[in-house]
Amino acid sequence: MDVLNSGDTAWMLISTALVLLMTVPGVALFYGGLTKKANVLNTMFMSLIAFSITSIIWVLYGYQFAFGADMLGGIIGNPANLLFSGIGVDQLSGTIPETVFIAFQLTFAAITVALISGAVVERMKFSSWMVFVIAWVSLVYVPIAHWVWGGGFLSALGALDFAGGTVVHVNCGVAALALILLLGKRKEVKLLPHNLGYSVIGAALLWFGWFGFNAGSALAADGLAGQAFINTNTAAAAAMISWVIIDYLKTGKPTVLGAITGAVAGLVAITPAAGFVTVQAAVIIGLLTSVVSYLSISYLKPKLGYDDALDVFGVHGMSGLWGALATGLFAAPFIGEASGLFYGNPEQLLIQIIAIVVVAVYSFVVTLIIGKIIDMVMGLRVEDKEEIEGLDISLHEETGYRI
Amino acid sequence: MKEIVAIIRPNKLDEVKDALEETGCHGITVTEVKGRGRQLGITESYRGSDYRIDMLPKTRLEIVVEDEDMENVIKTIVETAQTGDIGDGKIFISTVDDVVRIRTGERGEEAV
Repeated sequence: MDVLNSGDTAWMLISTALVLLMTVPGVALFYGGLTKKANVLNTMFMSLIAFSITSIIWVLYGYQFAFGADMLGGIIGNPANLLFSGIGVDQLSGTIPETVFIAFQLTFAAITVALISGAVVERMKFSSWMVFVIAWVSLVYVPIAHWVWGGGFLSALGALDFAGGTVVHVNCGVAALALILLLGKRKEVKLLPHNLGYSVIGAALLWFGWFGFNAGSALAADGLAGQAFINTNTAAAAAMISWVIIDYLKTGKPTVLGAITGAVAGLVAITPAAGFVTVQAAVIIGLLTSVVSYLSISYLKPKLGYDDALDVFGVHGMSGLWGALATGLFAAPFIGEASGLFYGNPEQLLIQIIAIVVVAVYSFVVTLIIGKIIDMVMGLRVEDKEEIEGLDISLHEETGYRI
Repeated sequence: MKEIVAIIRPNKLDEVKDALEETGCHGITVTEVKGRGRQLGITESYRGSDYRIDMLPKTRLEIVVEDEDMENVIKTIVETAQTGDIGDGKIFISTVDDVVRIRTGERGEEAV
């Protein structure tokens, strides 16, 4: 029988707060600094409101559908505790209170949808974004979380995703791609950060919070959490270094935006693998992930011509994809009780591929449908005039700076 | 009387201001402006993509002086604002027909 462990509980409460810090203010600052001056508040606001909306959805019904007892053959959880009814303070989830587990998972749902905003900034209607957050968390995030983490069919298949390579990063990256295909390009398609200093602070807060994200996903204050912690830091560091090297090779100058982009890509890539692989594997995963994301941002994006404003697909989608595959390659049986290709279990790689494809296809198609319906009912995109004026003034009647 | 309009690097403003003060030139109007010269700005690189930044922040000084002080003021600005690199700026000189001091109504050189 499970017994409450106060050490585990304390760590999970801290982890939950750390993951909260990743969205507000982490993502808000990271994205806010990368946009134009006239859109800084709107960009930050998208993360803030995503966090609030998801918080309410999660306690009312999101958690229940995602983590309720499996039904309909692994498709969705049974929402026995709708509206938080019947979830008592004494109820346990493993060695921690279920309330703590719910709060921890809430922060994952919130950051996943907030991450999507980076692709659509500078042109999406705020009202449509709010409706999108409600629909997307309910219809895309919740079922996928159930499939992979809530005992659904991908989990039954043996898909490995320690802290969200497929559930969070492939999912948000692909959804971002679907949404920008509907939205279209901005009038001025440029990545000219108006305040890179914000982005450095935001990325640093993401890195800091990611320890809660990944080490917290051990759901205990134990050695596995320690392994996930050191893997997380290692991969981020390796990826930052490799992006800086790529910058040197391509242009002769290292860039700060490159360094923090590399770090975030490294954090993304290690997420699914954090509790399954060795530190040596974390170095390789980190070093290679910058190559994957760099290529997709500097070659794939211009070639295909989509306007992923802040490179959500390029960084989260592609590095998430690489991390999920790498989990199938590097999973070591003496770390997380699962073996990958390099430990004699090629089947794991196949399972990872299936999980990635299922999540990506579902996320893409359903996001397209949600986006299309919102577009037909209320429109996705702001008026040209509003876009040119900047969304802070035209949508919120506020400016980020009065100097 | 001459009007001297100098476009200089923003970080040179304090140096130029102090040097002008030493030469006895006190009246000065400063504006933060943006612009570009013959090189059409500079190039910045973000995530591997190059972008031309063609409107660079500059500082614009407006100074009206008596004819005999003109060369001295120009020399002072050139000496202090010069770095030798592209983007040091330009000085435009034109003739001023008249000046009015609003407080007293004085005209001409008296009002400068």
